[in-house]
Amino acid sequence: EISAWGSLVARRERNLRQLYPTGTSKVYGYVTNSKVKFVMVVDSSNTALRDNEIRSMFRKLHNSYTDVMCNPFYTPGDRIQSRAFDNMVTSMMIQVC
Amino acid sequence: MADAVLFEFLHTEMVAELWAHDPDPGPGGQNMNLSVLESMGFRVGQALGERLAREMLAFREELDVLKFLCKDLWLAAFQKQMDSLRTNHQGTYVLQDNSFPLLLPMAAGLQYLEEVPKFLAFTCGLLRGALCTLGIESMVTASVAALPGCKFQVVIENS
Repeated sequence: EISAWGSLVARRERNLRQLYPTGTSKVYGYVTNSKVKFVMVVDSSNTALRDNEIRSMFRKLHNSYTDVMCNPFYTPGDRIQSRAFDNMVTSMMIQVC
Repeated sequence: MADAVLFEFLHTEMVAELWAHDPDPGPGGQNMNLSVLESMGFRVGQALGERLAREMLAFREELDVLKFLCKDLWLAAFQKQMDSLRTNHQGTYVLQDNSFPLLLPMAAGLQYLEEVPKFLAFTCGLLRGALCTLGIESMVTASVAALPGCKFQVVIENS
């Protein structure tokens, strides 16, 4: 797992796919220049999700995270409590499931 | 279109308002407490580092991050790029701006040299904050030989 992250950082693209031995879920990872890691776990039975959809979901997450960072009421390092962020994540999950 | 002069004016007022005389000078004479200005720059640098780095390809090594500061960050904040970047390849970098916009309003030369540190504190914090968000802990100091040129020294911690 850790070596997978290492190779992800080394490559210039930011997408990674990895199937766990149990085969029940697919795990996608995305790392930013600021070393923030997003992890998406998708049930194996969901075959409709395409690579470019995954990429656009990660992009949305990254954009919302950037907005959180720029929020004057947010101290970097804190747990994210932004409702806007939560709503974005919820609506993404509803769209997909 | 963002007018650079708006930030310059705001920065001037920030310095006037937030620079604090040390209440208890001691034998060395009066010190200037610049930590408030530096911390403000730090938080801004964190947010700016996050936002600007988003569109860039992955940074492979430390030098890529420093180049990003000299080109993209400086361009966004001061509408110009850093004039030179030097390193000893052992964790120390010197970033030189021969015509630093926040010092331009003051007369060129040596007349206001003593006042200069408080006009550099915010920018030192800005660099430190951007580095921090990109995963690099550092110490940033600035020095001026003659206005409006100035050098920022970045020392990476635990390198």
